[in-house]
Amino acid sequence: MSATVNPPVVFTQDELGWVSWIEPLPEAELTERHYAGLVDRARAKSEYFRLLVRDPEVLEARTKTDKDIFYNVADGLPRAERELAAAATSRYNGCIYCASVHARFASTYSKRREDVQRLLDEGVSADLGERWNAVVKASVALASTPIAFGPDNIAELRSAGLDDAEIVDVINGASFFNWANRLMLSLGEPSK
Amino acid sequence: MSTPDIIDTLAGIKPGSELDAIRAKRVQARDNAQKSYLSLFQPIDAGDFLLLERAAVAAFVTGLHGESPVATFYREKLAASADGARLVEVIEAEIARGKTSGPYGSFPAGPLSIENTAGLIYRVSAASKPALGTRLIAALEHAHLLVFRPRDAASTDMKALLAAGWSNTGIVTFSQLVAFLSFQVRVVSGLRTLAAANA
Repeated sequence: MSATVNPPVVFTQDELGWVSWIEPLPEAELTERHYAGLVDRARAKSEYFRLLVRDPEVLEARTKTDKDIFYNVADGLPRAERELAAAATSRYNGCIYCASVHARFASTYSKRREDVQRLLDEGVSADLGERWNAVVKASVALASTPIAFGPDNIAELRSAGLDDAEIVDVINGASFFNWANRLMLSLGEPSK
Repeated sequence: MSTPDIIDTLAGIKPGSELDAIRAKRVQARDNAQKSYLSLFQPIDAGDFLLLERAAVAAFVTGLHGESPVATFYREKLAASADGARLVEVIEAEIARGKTSGPYGSFPAGPLSIENTAGLIYRVSAASKPALGTRLIAALEHAHLLVFRPRDAASTDMKALLAAGWSNTGIVTFSQLVAFLSFQVRVVSGLRTLAAANA
């Protein structure tokens, strides 16, 4: 818990820090059980992961779910569009930190940085072309409570060229960020 | 062909179906969504977040998303928990009071303020308080915030949980449980919708 927090007030693709509101475990207290929960040992440097590692079993399962949904690109939806689903969900739920990370990834993998920035600046109604609009709209429908995702979303994703396996990648990616956003938003805050 | 897991069960996915085959392409995500469920509901150590509290929060959170096989599953889980049956009606009453549409809430003051959306700030009813007790009252109020207005979360909300007797570790697991269910209920809904579109 750093002394000075400088929270961003707009959505950005810049790199942000994150500061916990409750006590992370001190690095010196981490055991092998905790390192198993962190999955990547380097995550011991992150305040966010040292907080979540208070429950190592849940963190480990969460992290492995996350990695497969986003990084397993042997088949299915291109990484750029999985990241778009994550960024759109984060924009809609209001997670400035999550949106910054996944907007950057979406830009890197799509080479469409300006379109990604329009999603951040204009919000989820920005017109990004048929395929991206369908992914954003599906992500927004899934993020709504009650859940608004329906047959029209499936039809739009298909008409934009996605097959069923790619649609499942959208469902997984968008749904996962309803998990991630709630942790990031409620346990601490971003800092510039 | 996969052995059905909790998501298959809740989404009605049959072994050998098209969706079973698609889920099998993300076997690590599939296995670890299941491990997430098991580590939240059958933890090694439930000392900081009691099993009864987990079942009550899960019934509340999934119920707030509307009636569904997921909500039914967690309501029945609460009813089957030790000392849980007495809480089913209380949680049902609180779901009815807490139901609304989200996400809403406020952004940090600045250019995004024009997107601020007002909505219900849920508090547990006076009638339900004796049955729930201090820890669960605080938990349901925070869970409602996480479900519908997560962008409203502030450091004072953490202080409220600590003051109600939640430990730092208990808060982490509780937050994971609500956030995980927000994921699970959506995956199930999405897969059900896709299966129905193919029927």
